[in-house]
Amino acid sequence: MSAFADQVYLLGRRSVVRTIRQPANVVGPLIFPMLLLAVNSGGLKAETRLPGFPTNSFVAFALAVPFIQGALFATMNTGTDLARDIQTGFLNRLSLTPMRGIALLCGQLGGVIVLSLVQAFVYLAVALIVGVRPEAGAGGVAILFGFAALVGLGFGALGAFAALRTGSGEAVQSLFPVFFVFLFISSMNIPRNLIEVTWFRDAATANPVSYLIEAVRSLIITGWDGEALALGFGIAATTAVVALALASWALRVRMAR
Amino acid sequence: MRTLNVAQGVAWRTLHNVVTNPSLLLPSLIFPLFFFTAFAGGLSRISNVPGFDYPNGYTAFQFVFVLLQSAVFGGVFTGFGIARDFESGFARRLLLAAPNRTGIVLGYAVAATGRWLITASFLTAVAFAVGMRVGGSGVDLFGLYTLALLMNGAAVLWSAGVAMRLRTMQAGPIMQLPVFLVLFFAPVYVPLALLQGWIHGVATVNPVTRVLESARGFLAGQPTEVGLAYGTGLALVLFFSVWAVRGLRSAERAG
Repeated sequence: MSAFADQVYLLGRRSVVRTIRQPANVVGPLIFPMLLLAVNSGGLKAETRLPGFPTNSFVAFALAVPFIQGALFATMNTGTDLARDIQTGFLNRLSLTPMRGIALLCGQLGGVIVLSLVQAFVYLAVALIVGVRPEAGAGGVAILFGFAALVGLGFGALGAFAALRTGSGEAVQSLFPVFFVFLFISSMNIPRNLIEVTWFRDAATANPVSYLIEAVRSLIITGWDGEALALGFGIAATTAVVALALASWALRVRMAR
Repeated sequence: MRTLNVAQGVAWRTLHNVVTNPSLLLPSLIFPLFFFTAFAGGLSRISNVPGFDYPNGYTAFQFVFVLLQSAVFGGVFTGFGIARDFESGFARRLLLAAPNRTGIVLGYAVAATGRWLITASFLTAVAFAVGMRVGGSGVDLFGLYTLALLMNGAAVLWSAGVAMRLRTMQAGPIMQLPVFLVLFFAPVYVPLALLQGWIHGVATVNPVTRVLESARGFLAGQPTEVGLAYGTGLALVLFFSVWAVRGLRSAERAG
């Protein structure tokens, strides 16, 4: 158990250090979602004048989006880093050592969780500075951090699975537009009940990303909404379990000695 | 004459690469369509906001933005191709072979126009298929597409200048991010009058706002700020022509 913990620690530290050494991997997930939040909250402020809009602050409404966008970046970073390990032969060299495959996965994803928590902290700090006050209070903020970690874990595992199956950084990068489509065809910019076009509303309702966003949003603008949280956590946990199972299987195949 | 020959050769090669490579062609067709769908479909309720006065509906309102966005990004994506040519060493051979090197910049610009015309045709066909209402006449629409062409030219010249100075694909974000910001700091989702706070101030001084508002006026058949919009477009093209040619000289000096 101690050897396993050592392996996870060393690989997790490597994952974090490697991310920090590539400024684009740190700055992108922090700056880009904030830029989009600034642009959208300015441009769509008028939306709060629609009858039935749940808050008069569009920043508060849209703050949930960076959390999910950050997770998308985590997917890409994890996948790309792991693919690079495969392409450079690092994984092959590891497979010659007594290291357990699952330690590699845990270490890599540990790094993603750390980055997700840093992202969540920055997003919340910016929101607090511009005057957003989460309705769920301090307890809600703690739940938000837990949720960010869980979503980061799930999406990071998806990135790891893609990298382990394809062994190509480019293939992992090509997933980004697909995830981006899921993000845009969701309730990211408007509540589902206010979407006028029927097919778009149906697509947003069927899209699991809508519920991830709405779970975060509920803590910020509603307070404690059991249904939104159950749906959000349920989807995030299911994604994490399924993605971890797939990544573990792909790792076994990739590291066949 | 030699300039035109070089331009023709570069343009043909660049367009051929784009048209025969699905990984280059499909994103430039699908992304504008996707943004059009996400904005016009998802946000159409915004047309009910008090003060929203665009006469042709939210689909037409967003079509104009997405058309301009596709024109600008058509230019930026061509800039990625120039950077790729430098990374692969092709551009160095091109610099050695071309009797007149200004033709290289011109060729890339022509290719960007050709590339965008494919995207614009596709996007326009989809917009009409989903029932976009057009208030403008043929002359108005000509005005709209010409404005978009000017933006396409300005964007490719900006990207060419960056690509020729840095000569690496890692310059991609430098080409893309300022363009993204300038586009989205314009009145994307609502007319300028409905913007509030800091974004209203930024949008008011943003030159793209003049182009966007004028282009929306053309589609509605109510041309507005035409001289200012064309002046802005031409000034951007002229300014970035100098920028691109100086970039070319920088690449020549680098060898």
